[in-house]
Amino acid sequence: MTAPKTLYDKIWDAHVVDQSDDGTCVLYIDRHLVHEVTSPQAFEGLRMTGRKVRAPERTIAVPDHNVPTTLDRANAQTMTEDSRVQVEALDKNAKAFGVHYYPVTDVRQGIVHIVGPEQGWTLPGMTVVCGDSHTATHGAFGALAHGIGTSEVEHVLATQTLIQKKSKNMKVEITGHLRPGVTAKDITLAVIGKTGTAGGTGYVIEYCGQAIRDLSMEGRMTVCNMAIEGGARAGLIAPDETTFAYCMGRPHAPKGAAWEAALAYWKTLYTDEGAHFDKVVTIRGEDIEPVVTWGTSPEDVLPISATVPAPESFTGGKVDAAKRSLDYMGLTAGMKLTDIKIDAVFIGSCTNGRIEDLRAAAAVLKGRKLAPGVRALIVPGSGLVRAQAEEEGLAQIFIDAGCEWRMAGCSMCLAMNPDQLAEGERCASTSNRNFEGRQGYKGRTHLMSPAMAAAAAVTGHLTDVRELMTKTV
Amino acid sequence: MDKFTKLTGIAAPMPLVNIDTDMIIPKGFLKTIQRSGLGVNLFDEMRYDRSGNEIADFVLNKPQYRDAEILVAGDNFGCGSSREHAPWALLDFGIRCVISTSFADIFFNNCFKNGILPVVLPQEAVDYLMDDASKGANARITVDLEAQTVTASDGTAFHFDVDPFKKHCMLNGLDDIGLTLEKVAAIDTYEKRVAAQFPWV
Ligand code: SF4
Repeated sequence: MTAPKTLYDKIWDAHVVDQSDDGTCVLYIDRHLVHEVTSPQAFEGLRMTGRKVRAPERTIAVPDHNVPTTLDRANAQTMTEDSRVQVEALDKNAKAFGVHYYPVTDVRQGIVHIVGPEQGWTLPGMTVVCGDSHTATHGAFGALAHGIGTSEVEHVLATQTLIQKKSKNMKVEITGHLRPGVTAKDITLAVIGKTGTAGGTGYVIEYCGQAIRDLSMEGRMTVCNMAIEGGARAGLIAPDETTFAYCMGRPHAPKGAAWEAALAYWKTLYTDEGAHFDKVVTIRGEDIEPVVTWGTSPEDVLPISATVPAPESFTGGKVDAAKRSLDYMGLTAGMKLTDIKIDAVFIGSCTNGRIEDLRAAAAVLKGRKLAPGVRALIVPGSGLVRAQAEEEGLAQIFIDAGCEWRMAGCSMCLAMNPDQLAEGERCASTSNRNFEGRQGYKGRTHLMSPAMAAAAAVTGHLTDVRELMTKTV
Repeated sequence: MDKFTKLTGIAAPMPLVNIDTDMIIPKGFLKTIQRSGLGVNLFDEMRYDRSGNEIADFVLNKPQYRDAEILVAGDNFGCGSSREHAPWALLDFGIRCVISTSFADIFFNNCFKNGILPVVLPQEAVDYLMDDASKGANARITVDLEAQTVTASDGTAFHFDVDPFKKHCMLNGLDDIGLTLEKVAAIDTYEKRVAAQFPWV
């Protein structure tokens, strides 16, 4: 009998092409997702060395970071010169090297981590990489997925493999059930709040427990998406009926007999009883509250009922970091988080730009209006999410509330396109990073769930969404 | 990629924890389609004010650190995005080695692909070197990859661990892709095997 294996062990073992004595492996890559920002130098590298893309059929390219999200964006003039150069480079490279491509004009275009699953490119048991740290998202399918740098993008393009050493196994278990108003975003932020942004360094995390099982695929993607903010190489969730139901019928998912064969294999993808984890973290689902971040690191997480912490309450280098954060964020220790007024709201990104996120935001915004002086950008994660939201009447709810209803892209998650915060502006954001300047020079970001962001949008300050859930309008 | 063997240089202290990739190179500079030229924008938002004037008390703007080749940094350096623009910017500025208690995973890998050596040392050692670096340009720190040591200006030496394969590539300036392509037969064999076993992939 073989030793019990974790899910990570199983996927890893199935992809080892070659292993050296020191444990360095050549790992096969099943899906390579590519976007415009981290790929031009890699394609250029191929050209300079006369190499080809080894497996163009496994390579999927889509522009997302730079693209404008305004309705008139098909007109290239709406892009700045350098953005246009980057998007055009992707266009040219995708064609020249023969990879799958979803241009801006294609309704299937969107954020790479939303498009991959939506089109059925991401399936259980696969290895998935992208020159983007939030590749961790795809771990929700029980796929080993992680971000890589541009040199590695070139390596995968040329060889369809990566040189890797195995990470350690970490288990994050969320037991029991979430309380009403608490979502996948609160889970993932609560985990980072507990483990810190370096807590997962050197690990692949497997999320498990009843509260994880209860999540939809959308919610699971939200959880895995931010594994990287916890420092982990990847996050994983074992596939189950929820996963299979999501994958079935997707354009690039197997059909017929191939589906049956795939399904039989996918059902073996779980952590064996007694398998070893190097680190275990357990959180009770009932203990998780709606959370927000107060500082400039994703680990700066607190329940919405809390107050802004004093830098002195930390230890080591974090004392100075917290001082710097509060100064940057324009906050004083001791103030209630719910007293923090906001100027802008961003609902979107690969963390929370899926249909379920828009439904959660719309449920709060329905029949309500934006607080005076607040602007809100609602940016669907893909053209298909946008179309579905329009069909379900969500778009109209957003428009009626006074929000801007945009085209798909990364948008104000990292503000590489014109969607940016002005200096000093404060934003309730469903994205994943609250770093200094992330959403615009001197912009201030508070991370939270779509429901919480919508609640802030109507009250004009950070708000416990549960208070709005009990009131009817 | 340039080889990395032994380096003696000025080390700049950056004790802040969680220095992220957006700080190292803000996204406004990711629109380039080249690898070079990012050094002037390294730490852009910490280094310059909105009108592009240098902020005098930022460490790399101080006269004694302008030629720094080593950074001694707080915990979790390089967290955030996968952008290889971060090591490209460091390299273009002239930084060849970063010393910290921990690094974010992707950044750490990206450094090795670009001839920058990320050195992980325990807190006490980093504190010692941070103090040393704070003494300015007279305090030259020596990083010896072959011997796996960092030596402070007073001769105090600290041993560090490094992955043997990565060390080998750095010492010899080897291109990974070339190395992997030597194993192309194994890749062919793997592809044939899985095509039969997992035809849906
Ligand atoms: S939405 Fe944000 S985090 Fe996600 S890929 Fe785009 S820029 Fe990166």
